[in-house]
Amino acid sequence: MRKEKKVILDIRNFSVSFEQYEKGFQKTGLPVIRSLDVKVHEGEMVAVVGSSGSGKSLLAHGILGILPYNATMGGELWYDGELLTPGRQKELRGNEIVLVPQSVAFLDPLMKIGPQIRKGKKDKRSREKLNGIFRGYHLKEEVQGLYPFELSGGMNRRVLVSTALMGNPRLVIADEPTPGLHMEMVRRVMSHFRELADQGAGVLLITHDLEQALEVADRVVVFYAGTTVEDAAAADFRSEETLRHPYTRALWRALPQNGFQCIEGVQPYVKDLPKGCPFGPRCEFCTEACQEEIPWSRVQGGNVRCVLAEQHPKIEHLEFSMERRYGA
Amino acid sequence: MKEYVVFIGKHTVRMLLLLFFVSAVAFTLVSISPIDPLQANVGQAALGSMSQEQIAKLKDYWGVGQPPVERFLHWAGDFFRGDMGVSLLYRQPVAKVIGVRLSNSLWLMAIAWILSGLAGFVLGILSGLREGSFLDRIIKGYSLLIASTPAFWLALVLLMIFAVWLKVLPIGLSVPIGVETEGVTFADRIQHAILPAVTLSITGIANITLHTREKMIEIMESDYVLFAKARGESTWDIVKNHALRNVLLPAITLQFASISEIFGGSVLVEQTFSYPGLGQAAVTAGLGSDVPLLLGITVISAAFVFGGNLIANVLYGIIDPRIRRGGAKV
Amino acid sequence: MRGFNGRMKTALLFGMAVAFLAAVTLAGMVFSEEALLTDFSRKNLGPGIPYLFGTDWLGRDMFLRTLTGLSVSIRIGLLAAGVSSVLALLLGVAAATMGKLADSVITWIIDLVMGIPHILLLILIAYACGKGFKGVVIGVALTHWTSLARLIRGEVLQLKEALYIKTARKLGVSSFEIAWKHMLPHLFPQFLVGLILTFPHAILHEASITFLGFGLPPEQPAIGIILSESMKYLAMGRWWLALFPGLLLVLTVVLFDVAGESLRRLLDPGSAHK
Repeated sequence: MRKEKKVILDIRNFSVSFEQYEKGFQKTGLPVIRSLDVKVHEGEMVAVVGSSGSGKSLLAHGILGILPYNATMGGELWYDGELLTPGRQKELRGNEIVLVPQSVAFLDPLMKIGPQIRKGKKDKRSREKLNGIFRGYHLKEEVQGLYPFELSGGMNRRVLVSTALMGNPRLVIADEPTPGLHMEMVRRVMSHFRELADQGAGVLLITHDLEQALEVADRVVVFYAGTTVEDAAAADFRSEETLRHPYTRALWRALPQNGFQCIEGVQPYVKDLPKGCPFGPRCEFCTEACQEEIPWSRVQGGNVRCVLAEQHPKIEHLEFSMERRYGA
Repeated sequence: MKEYVVFIGKHTVRMLLLLFFVSAVAFTLVSISPIDPLQANVGQAALGSMSQEQIAKLKDYWGVGQPPVERFLHWAGDFFRGDMGVSLLYRQPVAKVIGVRLSNSLWLMAIAWILSGLAGFVLGILSGLREGSFLDRIIKGYSLLIASTPAFWLALVLLMIFAVWLKVLPIGLSVPIGVETEGVTFADRIQHAILPAVTLSITGIANITLHTREKMIEIMESDYVLFAKARGESTWDIVKNHALRNVLLPAITLQFASISEIFGGSVLVEQTFSYPGLGQAAVTAGLGSDVPLLLGITVISAAFVFGGNLIANVLYGIIDPRIRRGGAKV
Repeated sequence: MRGFNGRMKTALLFGMAVAFLAAVTLAGMVFSEEALLTDFSRKNLGPGIPYLFGTDWLGRDMFLRTLTGLSVSIRIGLLAAGVSSVLALLLGVAAATMGKLADSVITWIIDLVMGIPHILLLILIAYACGKGFKGVVIGVALTHWTSLARLIRGEVLQLKEALYIKTARKLGVSSFEIAWKHMLPHLFPQFLVGLILTFPHAILHEASITFLGFGLPPEQPAIGIILSESMKYLAMGRWWLALFPGLLLVLTVVLFDVAGESLRRLLDPGSAHK
C-alpha cells in the first residue's frame, strides 16, 4: 500500500567531510559520513539508526543546507523528484522541510516561546495558527509567554514539535528527539511523529535507539561508521534471519528481548577506517572481498551493503555460518 | 524577587568593602613612597635657606613624620564624614577640587562612553555576524590597531592634524586662554572638548568592538542559531530575533566595565591636551606629591568603577529573565 | 600559493614577528651610544636620508633614538610581563587548588586591582617606588596578572574535574605528580600565549607611565620620554618628532599581538580546521 506513495526524499551516496590539520602542517579531509543512502516516501516514517557520535546529525544539517563552513558535502540529494540545490534548501527549510531538535537547548533562551515559534511574526494569521497548534497538543496559551527555561519536561517536547508545524511540513526530520527520556515519554513523543506521518508527511527519524525506532518506524536504515549498511522494513526485525547485514544482526542480538548479546570491539574512529566494509574488522565473515568497494544492492525488498549478500543464496549461507559459529 | 534583593544587597556590601580596601591600599602605597614631599615641592635650595622652625611647619603641612596607621585612620575617619582633606597644591578642599575637575571630565567621559559603547556594539555585531568576511577583517584589523595605539600618541596625532596643521580646533584646555570665566561660552567649551572626546571615544571603541565580536561569533555558533537557520530564518531575522537579544547582556557588562578604561584613558588624554579634568589633576597630584588629592581621586574613580559594576549587575537582573523570573543564582 | 596553507602562513607570521622584534631589541642595544650623540650641525632636520626619522633640537638621530627607546621598552616589557605571568600562574593555581579561603582571598585581590583604573594604579605604584625604572617594572608587573590568573584558575578548576585526573588521583598518584605530569602540559600553552599577549599591554603601559612623568627618567632614551618631549615642538611644526617614534611603537605592539595570536592558533587544537 505504501509502495505507491511518492518518494519525498532520496539521498544517494551522501558524504560529509571536514577539513582538518593533522600533525604540523598536513591538511586532510576527515570523512565523517562516507556513504549514506536513504529514501523516504510520503506518509512514511524512516529511522536512521546509528550509535552516538557517528555523525548522524550531519545528515539533518546536510539536507537543510546548514552544515558548518569547513564541511564538504558529496553525493546527491533529491527532494520531491528534483535535485535539492542550495537555493531550494533555503526556500524549503522551515517550511516544507522542518527539523525537530533534540532539546530546548536549541531554543533561544531569551525569547518567549510564542514569538519564538512564530519567528518573531506578529500578524493575526501566525498567531491563530500557533494557537491552533497549541490547542492540538493541549498546551495552554499562557505557555507562549514563558521562556524556554520555564517549560516543564512534558511541555518541552510538544513545544519542539509545534515548531515544525508552523510551516506546511512535507518532510519532518527529527534529530534524536528523545534523549534521556523514560519509555512512557518516548512513546508519547513518538506518537506525535507517527501522527505527522499518518497525515502524509515523510518523517526521517535520526536516533541511536533501535528499540525505539522499531516501535514506530516503517523502515529502519542502519548506519555504521559513516556508511549505511542496511535498509530494512521494521517487520524484518521480527527475526534475525530476515536481516541482511552482519552488523544489523549483531544489533538485533543486542536488543533486550533477544538476549543483550554484545559483539566485541568498538566502532572505528573516522580517521582509521578500514578499506571497504567498515564493519570488516569486527565481522565473523570478513573475507578479502570485503576490502573492496561494496555496492548498495537490493536484496529481498531491502537494501544492503555486504559482499555476502551478493552471493546467492546469501541469507541461507549466512545462516549456516552463524550456526556453525554459535552452535545454535 | 527576594533572592534578587539579597543578591543586590550582597553586591552593595561587597562594593563598599572593596572601596575601603582600595583606600587602604592606595594609602599604603603613598605612605611607603621614598619621595619627600618637601624636596619635590619646595626644592633643596629653598629648604637650605629656611630656618628649622619654617621646615618643621612645612613638614607638618605635608604630613611628614606621622605614623602611617594613625594617619590612615584619621584620614579615613574624616573621609567618612565627608571631609577629604585639603589639597596641598591647590590649597583648597580636595572635595572642591575634585568637584570642579570632575564636572570638566564627566561630560567628556560621558560622551566617549556613550559613543564608544554604541559604535563598538554596532561594529562588533557587524564583524561577528560574518566571521572572516572582508568587513570583519577591516573592523577587526582596525580594532586591533587602535588597541595597540597608546591613547596619548593618538591624541598627539590628532593635535598635529587638527590644531597645528589644519588649525580648525584649539590645542587644548577647557576654555580659551585669557578669557574671564564669565566670558566663556558654551560653544567655547564644546570646541575645546571635541578633540579629547574624539580621542577617548576612538580608543574606547576598539575594546568594546573586539569583545562584542567574540560574543557575536559565539552566538552565531550556538545551537539556537543553528536551529533558527534550520527553520529558514534569514540572517536579518536571526540578528533581530536572537543575536541582538543575546549579545545585549554581555554588552551591558562590557559597557559598565569600560568605565575603568575610560577613566584611565582620560588621564592620558587630558594630560596631552592640557584639559583641566580629573585625570590631569591625578597626574599633577602624583608629580607634586599632593597625597590628599591623589587619594581622593583614587577613591572617587574606584567608586565609579565599582558603581558601574553594581549597576551592570542590577540591570542584568532586570533584563535576564532567568534571574528575573527564575531566581537563578548568578 | 601552492602547498602553502593557513597553518604555514600562521607559523611564518609568527616567525617574522619574532624576528622583527628581536632585531629591534638588538639594534637598540647596539646603537645606544650613537642614539645619545648630540650634534648641533644637524639639528631640527626633517625626515629623509640619512636621518630617516629626522633629528631633534639637539641634533640627535631620531631613528636611532627611537630604536634604543623601543629596545628599552621591549626589555622592560619582557621583564614585567614575565614577572606578571609567573605571578598569574602561581596565584591562579593557588586559587584553584588551595581551598576556599585562598580562592576568595585571591579573587578579592583580583577585584581590588581591577577596581582602580589601570593608569591610576600604575601612578600610585610608581609613586610608591619613588618613580624611575624600578617603579615602572614593579607597577607593570603588579597590574597585568589579573586576567591571566583568572583564566588559569578556571582552567585548573576544569582540569580538576577531568576524568583522567580523577582517575590518576584514585590510583594514588601524588598531587605533585598530577600537577607536574598532567596539569602542567595542559596549562603551559595557555601560559605561554598569555605571557606573549601580556607584552603589548606591558609595553603600552610602560610608555604611558613614562610619558606622564612617573616612569623612566628624562636622560633615558625611552619612547615615552621621546613623545612627551616632542609635545613642546609640535606647535613649531616638527611633526616628525612625534609621528615616527609613535608609529614604530604601534608597530611593535601590533607585532607582539600578532605573535601571541598566531602562537595561540598554532597551539590550539580547536582551531585546527581553520
